[in-house]
Amino acid sequence: MKRLLSATALLLASTGLASAEGVLQLYNWGNYTSPELLAKFEKETGIKVTVTDYDSNDVALAKVEAGGSGFDLVVPSANYVPIWIEKGLIQELDLSKLPNHRNIAPEWQNVDWDPGRKFTIPWQWGSTGIAVNTKVYSGDINTSAVFLDVPPELVGKINVVPEMNDIVALATMYVGGKPCSEDPEVMKKARDVLLAAKPNWISMDYGATERLSNGDWAASVNWNGSTMRVRINTNGDVQYGYPREGYPLFMDSVALLSDAKNVEEAYKFLDFIMVPENAAMISAFARYANGISGSEEFMPEDMKTAPEVVIPEEFKAAGTFLPTCTGKSLEYITAIWTELQK
Amino acid sequence: MAERGFEISRLPGFATVAIAAFVILYLPIVTLVIYSFNASNSVAVWGGFSLHWYGDAWANQAVKDATVRSLIIGVSASVLSTTLATLAALGTTRRRAYRGQTLIYVMINQPLMVPEVVTAVALMIFFGIIKVATGYQGLGYLIAAHTAFCIPFAYLPIRARLESMDLALETAAADLYATPWATFRRVTLPLLAPGIMAGAMLSFVISLDDVVITEFVKSGGQDTLPTYMLGQLRRAFTPEVNAISTMLLGVTVVLLTAFFLLTRKKD
Amino acid sequence: MSPAEENAIRSSARNGWLLSLPALVVLALAASGPLLIVVYYSFLTANDTGGVIRQFSTEGWRAIFLSYDIFEDRYTLADAHLTIFWRSVWLSLATTALTFVIGFPTAWFIATRPARQRAMWLFLITIPFWTNLLIRTFAINEVIRNEGILNTTLIWLGVITEPLRIVYTETAVLIGMTYVYLPLMVLPLYATIERFDMRLLEAAYDLYASRWTTLRRVILPIVKPGIIAGSILVFVPSLGAYVTPRILGGGKKMMIGNFIELQFLQGRNWPLGAALSVLLLVIVTAALLVYVKVANRDRSQGHG
Repeated sequence: MKRLLSATALLLASTGLASAEGVLQLYNWGNYTSPELLAKFEKETGIKVTVTDYDSNDVALAKVEAGGSGFDLVVPSANYVPIWIEKGLIQELDLSKLPNHRNIAPEWQNVDWDPGRKFTIPWQWGSTGIAVNTKVYSGDINTSAVFLDVPPELVGKINVVPEMNDIVALATMYVGGKPCSEDPEVMKKARDVLLAAKPNWISMDYGATERLSNGDWAASVNWNGSTMRVRINTNGDVQYGYPREGYPLFMDSVALLSDAKNVEEAYKFLDFIMVPENAAMISAFARYANGISGSEEFMPEDMKTAPEVVIPEEFKAAGTFLPTCTGKSLEYITAIWTELQK
Repeated sequence: MAERGFEISRLPGFATVAIAAFVILYLPIVTLVIYSFNASNSVAVWGGFSLHWYGDAWANQAVKDATVRSLIIGVSASVLSTTLATLAALGTTRRRAYRGQTLIYVMINQPLMVPEVVTAVALMIFFGIIKVATGYQGLGYLIAAHTAFCIPFAYLPIRARLESMDLALETAAADLYATPWATFRRVTLPLLAPGIMAGAMLSFVISLDDVVITEFVKSGGQDTLPTYMLGQLRRAFTPEVNAISTMLLGVTVVLLTAFFLLTRKKD
Repeated sequence: MSPAEENAIRSSARNGWLLSLPALVVLALAASGPLLIVVYYSFLTANDTGGVIRQFSTEGWRAIFLSYDIFEDRYTLADAHLTIFWRSVWLSLATTALTFVIGFPTAWFIATRPARQRAMWLFLITIPFWTNLLIRTFAINEVIRNEGILNTTLIWLGVITEPLRIVYTETAVLIGMTYVYLPLMVLPLYATIERFDMRLLEAAYDLYASRWTTLRRVILPIVKPGIIAGSILVFVPSLGAYVTPRILGGGKKMMIGNFIELQFLQGRNWPLGAALSVLLLVIVTAALLVYVKVANRDRSQGHG
C-alpha cells in the first residue's frame, strides 16, 4: 500500500511538472493549426506547443469558464471576443512584449470587437458560404437558397453546420433582414424558412472537409478555407458560393487567457505568428487569409488567385461581420435554434 | 430423447438468428481492420495493401501522448479501484447482516445506474470549482473520476468470488492459531485472486474505453486516446484512426485471450 | 442474545463500514456527491453568456415543460423538449426490444452448446464489447453509409438499385444502440438459461405442448429474471446515450444526453441542463424501482 501511495504521488508530481518550462497549451479549432508552424516554433524557441481541439465557440467558452481548464491561448471568433473580455476570461496584452504587433494589417488594427488590438492577435479570417459539388447540382450556387430552398438535386444530400449565429444570420439576411434583428416579423420569416428547409438536410454536423471529399455530402454550408482544401486536395468539382443575399465574415483571433500559466511562452508565440512568413504558414495549412501585412508574398501560389480566398468584386458588399447579438435578438435566435434542433 | 426425432433444446430459427447475430457483431470490426491496411486515402475505396497508416499513427506525437495518458489513467484507476473494491467486498460479504449494508451496496453500484452524461456534467462543475480553488489541474481529477466509476466493475466479480468461497479453510487456519492477518494473506487472498484479477482487468478496460466523463473532466492537453479519436472522428473516419483502433483491438484481444485461457485452466 | 454475540455483531458491522469506507469516500467525491451540485444548479438563474447567477429560480425546471414563445409572447408547451424526451424513451424501448429479439435466441444458442464450447461462444460475444465504444459506433457508420458495405452488397445482389439512406436517421441510431448494447442483454439471459432445467421441456413435449406453447408457457416465465435484468442493463444506458446518437444521428436526431450537453454549451442555459439531468436521473431511478419490485415479487413467488 505504501509503495502504491508513493507511486501515485510520484505520478501526480510528474504530471504536474509538465507545466514547468517550455510548454504552451493552445486551445484552438480542430484542423486549424499548421503542424509545420508548431515545429518551426519549437525549433526556434524550444517551446513545445500542445493543441487541444474544440469545434464551436460555445464549447471553448463553457470549458474555460468552468474553471481550471489549463489552457494558455484560445482562438475565439470576432463576435465572441467581447464576451470573453466582459467575463474577464482573457487578459489585456502588454504590447511592449509584442514588437511585431505593427505587422497587423491596417484594416485589422482597429476592429469593432477589439479597438487597437489590445486583447487579440489575428489568426485567420474568412467567410461562411456554401460548398457545392457542381457535378451533383449545376445551378446557381451564389445564393442561400441552396440550403434554404433546397433544389431537388440536393435534397437529402446537403449538410448545415450547427453554428447557431451563422445559420440564423444567413436565414435572416435571406428573408431581407439584418443580423441580430429584433423585428418579430423578420425573425418569424427566418424561422419559417429554416424549419421548412430542415427536412431536406441530411445532417447538421461538422466535418465538411472530409465528408465533401468522400462524397457523403454533395453540399454543405461551409467555410471558405475548408472548401478550398476539398477542391485542391480531393474533389475539384466542389465549388464555393457566396450568398448574394448576405453572408457572414468571421475573424478568429488569438487571446491570452487570464489564468494562463505559461504567459512568457504565450507572448513568444503571439509575436511569432505576427511574422509575415509564419502567418503565411498558418494560411497555407488551413487555407484562410490572415491579417498580417506582407504575408502574401510567402503564400502558396494557388492561394493568391483562389476564388475561395479572393472574394469576387460583385460579392464583396454582401459580406458582413456579425455583431454580438444580445438581449431580445439573442432570445429570438436561441428560440429558433432550439426549434431547429429538436 | 432420441425417439422424439428432434433435440428438445432446439428451437426453430434460433440458431440462424444467433449465427446472424455473431456475423453482424463482427462485420463492422472486420471492415475496420481491413481498411486499416488500405493504401488509399479513403475509407470507402480499396487501393491495395499498405501499412502506411500504421506508420502515420506511430509518427503522430499526439497519438502517442494520448496513448500513454490513457494507460497511466487506466493502470492507476484499475489499481486504486480494485484495492478499494476488495476492501469493500470484504466489508459487505460473509458477515452477519448489519444496518446500512444495503445502503453501502447501493452506493457502490450507483455509477452503474446513473447515466454517464449526468455524472460527467456534475464532475465538470464540481472539479471546475476545485481546480480554481486549488490551482491543481493535473491528471488527478481524471484518475479520481475513473477510479470512482470503475469501483462497481471491480466490486462485482470480487464479491461474487467471495460469496462462492468456502469458509472452512479460513476457519481451519484460525483454528491452527494463525493470526487474522496471516489467515487473510495466506488463505483468503490467494483464494480471492481470480476475482481480483477479473475485477482489475474489467476496470482497466472500462477506464480505457471511457469517452463521455473524460471529455467533460479533462483539462488542457489531457486528451486520452478515446477523446483524441472523438476529436478526429468528428471530422471523419480516417484510416489512421482505423490503424490505431486495430492496434488497440489487437492488444485487448491478446490480453483477454490470455486471461480466458488462464482462468479456464484453473476451473 | 448473549453480550458476547451482541459484541460480535457490533464489531462485524463496524468492520464492515470501515472496510467499505475508502470506496465510499471516493464515490462520494467523484461520483455521487457532485450529483447534488447538479440539483443545486437546476434552481439557479441562467447567465446569458454561460454559467449561472447565484440567485434562486425555478426557470430551469419550468423551461423543461413550458417554453416562452417569443414570437407569440406567451408560454406554450415545450414541444421541442418533449419531442427529444419522447424520442429518447421510444428509441431506448425499441433498443431493449430489439436486443431481446436478437439476444434471446443467441443466449439460448450459446446455453445449449456442449459445456466445453460455451465459454468460447461467450468469449466471442464479449470481444466486440471490449473494443472502444467510439470505434464500434464509427465502424457501424462505415457499414451503413450510402457507399458502405451494406448498400454496396445489396446493390450488387440486385435487391435494391438506389442505396438505402440509413445514416443520420433514427434507424441508424437504433441500429447503433442495438449493436452496442447487445452483449448486455445476452449475458444475463445466458446466465438464467444456463440454469434452466431442460427436463422441463421433455415434460412439456410429453404433454403434447407445441413448441410455441412451450416457449411461451414454460421457458419465458422461468427465464423472466434474466429478461428483466437484461432489459434494465440495456434500457438505462440507452436512455442516457450520448456517443451513438451524436455520431449516427448527424446532429439532427438528438437524444436527452446530447440535449443536456447542448444546454451546457451552445444553449448557454445551465439551469435547464441541470434540471434535465435531474429529470433523467428520476426516470432511471423510477425504472430501477419498478425492476426491484418486480424482481422481489418473482423471488417470493419462486420460493412460495
